[in-house]
Amino acid sequence: MNKIFEVPAYAYERSPDQDSVNTVRHKVIVIGAGPIGLATAIDLAQQGVEVVVLDDNDKVSFGSRAICFSQRTLDIADRLGAVRPMVDKGVQWDKGKIYFHNRQIYEFDLQPDTGYAHPAFINLQQYYFEMALVERVRELQANGAPIEIRGRNKVEAIGTHDSHVTLEVVTPEGPYNIEAEWLIACDGASSPTRRMLGLDFEGQVFEDNFLIADVVMEADFPSERLFWFDPPFNRGQSALMQKQPDNVWRIDLQLGWDIDREREKRPENVIPRLKAMLGDDVDFELEWVSIYTFQCRRMERFRQGRVLFAGDSAHQVSPFGALGANSGMQDADNLCWKLKLVIEGKAPELLLDSYSLERAQAADENITKSSQSTSFITPKSEMSRLLRDAVLDLSARHQFARPLVNSGRLSTPCTYHRSSLNSADALNGPEFTRPGSACPDAPLGDEFLLPKLAGKFTLLTIDADAPDRIEEDGVEATRLALSVKDDVTLDLKRRYLGDATSAVYLIRPDQHVAARRDTYEENAFRQAIRRATGKE
Amino acid sequence: MAELTLIPNLDDADGFYARLLAAHDGLEKSDSDALNARLVFVLANHIGDADVLDQAIKLATLRDA
Repeated sequence: MNKIFEVPAYAYERSPDQDSVNTVRHKVIVIGAGPIGLATAIDLAQQGVEVVVLDDNDKVSFGSRAICFSQRTLDIADRLGAVRPMVDKGVQWDKGKIYFHNRQIYEFDLQPDTGYAHPAFINLQQYYFEMALVERVRELQANGAPIEIRGRNKVEAIGTHDSHVTLEVVTPEGPYNIEAEWLIACDGASSPTRRMLGLDFEGQVFEDNFLIADVVMEADFPSERLFWFDPPFNRGQSALMQKQPDNVWRIDLQLGWDIDREREKRPENVIPRLKAMLGDDVDFELEWVSIYTFQCRRMERFRQGRVLFAGDSAHQVSPFGALGANSGMQDADNLCWKLKLVIEGKAPELLLDSYSLERAQAADENITKSSQSTSFITPKSEMSRLLRDAVLDLSARHQFARPLVNSGRLSTPCTYHRSSLNSADALNGPEFTRPGSACPDAPLGDEFLLPKLAGKFTLLTIDADAPDRIEEDGVEATRLALSVKDDVTLDLKRRYLGDATSAVYLIRPDQHVAARRDTYEENAFRQAIRRATGKE
Repeated sequence: MAELTLIPNLDDADGFYARLLAAHDGLEKSDSDALNARLVFVLANHIGDADVLDQAIKLATLRDA
């Protein structure tokens, strides 16, 4: 049987654009049908913005690649109408175990706080994640949404202009030209778009190699994240093992810098390594093997005129902590509502610069996290190893040392606390819902809060009055009226009120808080809408 | 900002010093180094305050300002 990633998911078809006498101009073209490109296109099409996705390939990603998706990513996928197959298929996990040398030193729970629609994390092969998005594209198309994926359409040249972008595209049937008012490059860490435009991508190279293997086996290991520092089967290095759907296990083995990459990738060299780890008596099959190195870097600006960069094309981090795909999904989330307002003439282009500023802040946070994890996992000097080992030895006996153990800091949504789109905090409320924060979910009877905040500006009132809708300079905010009287679990109160007795939140279409006060004041909220759309 | 204590504060300076040496008695260099490293983390956790720890790290470098 063919694997899902061996069958074309968006086979090449001739487009009328290829036979048009005049070059056809689209509203938005997205380059790259990976997770971020697909999410971006779905987000725009759902809001009625016409979009074409070009991909040089015609299949979902080969091998598992990004496998760990965070709650924030699932909340976004929910808004995009694609979360159900992901959660149904994905492996939920909330426990991790840390090993040092030949023994387990401790285990941890990912604090399973309740009252969220989606789990803290799921493990799911990137090809399933992409397939869920492709299926959502098909569903939107069936409903007449303006979205299209063109497989085996490789962009060979890009011309930038004040009002549009021109593209030369090569297909199996020859080249053609198209144009877009806006171009979004989601073409990965080695982004050909970035290269064609001659843009910078500076950062720190980490001199290390990691072998990643997808192994199919019937094993009764629990669905936990297992991390080894300096294990007997990989002396002086680290190892990570995680469960994916379909009895596929993902194993990451650190190899060091001075290796022959081609040689290490051969099954006759990979299999003995895996046997040393899993035991001689375990039967397994290798599904996919790859060796990667990584860098931590980002573009200086994620917007260059009419070209926007999202996901790995704009920033790259180490693979520890699932920071890559999860932050790319937040890029899409941040960008699409802004682009829609700009295209509709309801916000100035300046709003798109806030995309770059907010997401560059997120990228910097992830690069810092990522570099810190790398320093702990791969000590670069005798002293850093001594200190690292001291922490691990203490952690085996004492809880106090465990926060110092860094086997990768898992992705959390960025709080845009410095963003110019925020209004000053005017509520004595919880820290984690201050302006700039991604809204945490909360149960509302049989439903959840976040789906009610999706895709539009919302005035969330909790035991406070406000009009049902206000419109400020073409931008509308609609009210969602809630009361703590209906809040049986008290999650809403805990997450949005704290010590306050009432609150009014202005929430952006990407479910981030733009402003909050204890009561509704028309002028303040009108101004908050203006700020949140780049007009103040 | 909390201030790092820079006045003599040990209950029994000579006794502490003797017990620190005693803990290292008979250890190989590598084990002694590891002991010192663990001790740093134990004491740092006891202090907790990031400002105080920053001042302590700076002071221990013996470099001015």
